[in-house]
Amino acid sequence: MYEASDLRKGLRIKLDGDPYVLVEFNFVKPGKGQALYRCKLKNMLNGNQFERTFRSVDTFEPADLREKKMQYLYKEEGKYCFMDNETYEQIYLTEEQMDDAKNFLIDNIEAEILLFEDKAIGISLPNFVDLIVTEAEPWAKGDTVSGATKPVKLQTGYTIQVPTFVNEGEKIRVDTRTGEYLTRVKG
Amino acid sequence: MYESIPDDKFILARKANALLLRARLIQNIRLFFINNNFLEVETPVRIPAPAPEEHIEALSSGCWFLQTSPELCMKRLLAAGFGQIFQFCKCFRFEERGKLHLPEFTMLEWYVAGFDYQQLMNQCEEMIINIANHLGFSGGLSCRDGQVNLILPWERITVREAFEKYAPVTLDKALNQDRFDEILVEYIEPNLGMDKPSFLYDYPAPLGALARLKQSDPSVAERFELYIGGLELANGFSELTDAAEQRQRFIEAQNLRAQKKYAAYPLPEKFLSALESLPMSAGIAVGIDRLAMLFAGAAGIDDVVCFTPEML
Repeated sequence: MYEASDLRKGLRIKLDGDPYVLVEFNFVKPGKGQALYRCKLKNMLNGNQFERTFRSVDTFEPADLREKKMQYLYKEEGKYCFMDNETYEQIYLTEEQMDDAKNFLIDNIEAEILLFEDKAIGISLPNFVDLIVTEAEPWAKGDTVSGATKPVKLQTGYTIQVPTFVNEGEKIRVDTRTGEYLTRVKG
Repeated sequence: MYESIPDDKFILARKANALLLRARLIQNIRLFFINNNFLEVETPVRIPAPAPEEHIEALSSGCWFLQTSPELCMKRLLAAGFGQIFQFCKCFRFEERGKLHLPEFTMLEWYVAGFDYQQLMNQCEEMIINIANHLGFSGGLSCRDGQVNLILPWERITVREAFEKYAPVTLDKALNQDRFDEILVEYIEPNLGMDKPSFLYDYPAPLGALARLKQSDPSVAERFELYIGGLELANGFSELTDAAEQRQRFIEAQNLRAQKKYAAYPLPEKFLSALESLPMSAGIAVGIDRLAMLFAGAAGIDDVVCFTPEML
């Protein structure tokens, strides 16, 4: 169990059966009054947020969350299928649960699947993923403005801003946390 | 391994202006009290028995405690005939840490024999206006959403009136539902002292553990808090001078603390016997860190102290 003094930004607790993450946290204490903990909580299943004030006597159940490495297999009827390579257990994530990760998903990629009470609820990809540029305007020779960018389409269908010298068919490295271009990769 | 050196430089350089303002603030307050014939005193920080209050936790120091406020020793001085005294000191409160709280903070406390709480509010106004003039803030102070004008009169609003004006429930309902603190913090405090400073006064009797009850209405204690820009800055009251009643209140607080399994403090017997000769008087505690925040326009208490506990 957590106590009120354990509350801090990022803490994950279970409330009314759902996992919540503390997105804002403020300690307040009116003169001679009791300590109060004003929190903004985000439901990790549906993203809903609400504010609640706790007292120092309140206790909290930690959310039973863990991560498991799984391999991406395929997408079917809007659901993304992943498999545990040791137990061959398979799980499915919805578009919503995939969030931005679906923009950087390539076949057979290994990702951390977030489990709440053994049920898959989210995903985090490796920080860097290499993806092929499938559509790009050709580089106009003489366009030497440094820092200029253009939009290109990646193999996942995601559109990203890259330097003008990047061509169709090339592979680029993307930071999955920011969704931004990092560098070109050979091969 | 010496990474803390560039960190200090970076963090402290950003605080330089606020630290200068804090120093000038303290120097000017000291001058104000000296010019008004107050005696500056220093009382021990380490004491055998803090005042038992339901929601204030002292840090232990060996078999004694670090003071949560200097009030017990200062009232013994008052009882011994020192009629106008002030002190700057460090106070310590267990597990109080937030944007407006440090577990070790600086308190200004002063007492005046012969005063009641209304007269002390007047003196508090006089002191802060005097300091503001000396620091170049005679036009007012910039706060969260605008400008606070320091020109008299300041607002004085009772706790009951404030509930009627700002809260979704009445004071009595809040007390019955045990939601006084929550309502105060959520609905009332953010509105106090926004255009001009505001004294919130006449607290429900149980919320003034060392305060005198109002003669015309014993359901309230003659206690007040000063707010400027929504920030709680000071707590003052007419002193309770009835030793028997004070003993009774301490015992009740001890019982409440025991129910919650908080640390037991011995009764401050020497204070209780000094209370027999305490003259009619009033005293006030001002959070110096918060006052410095206000003048420096700082968003958090961390910005006006050299080192936070996390930096040590």
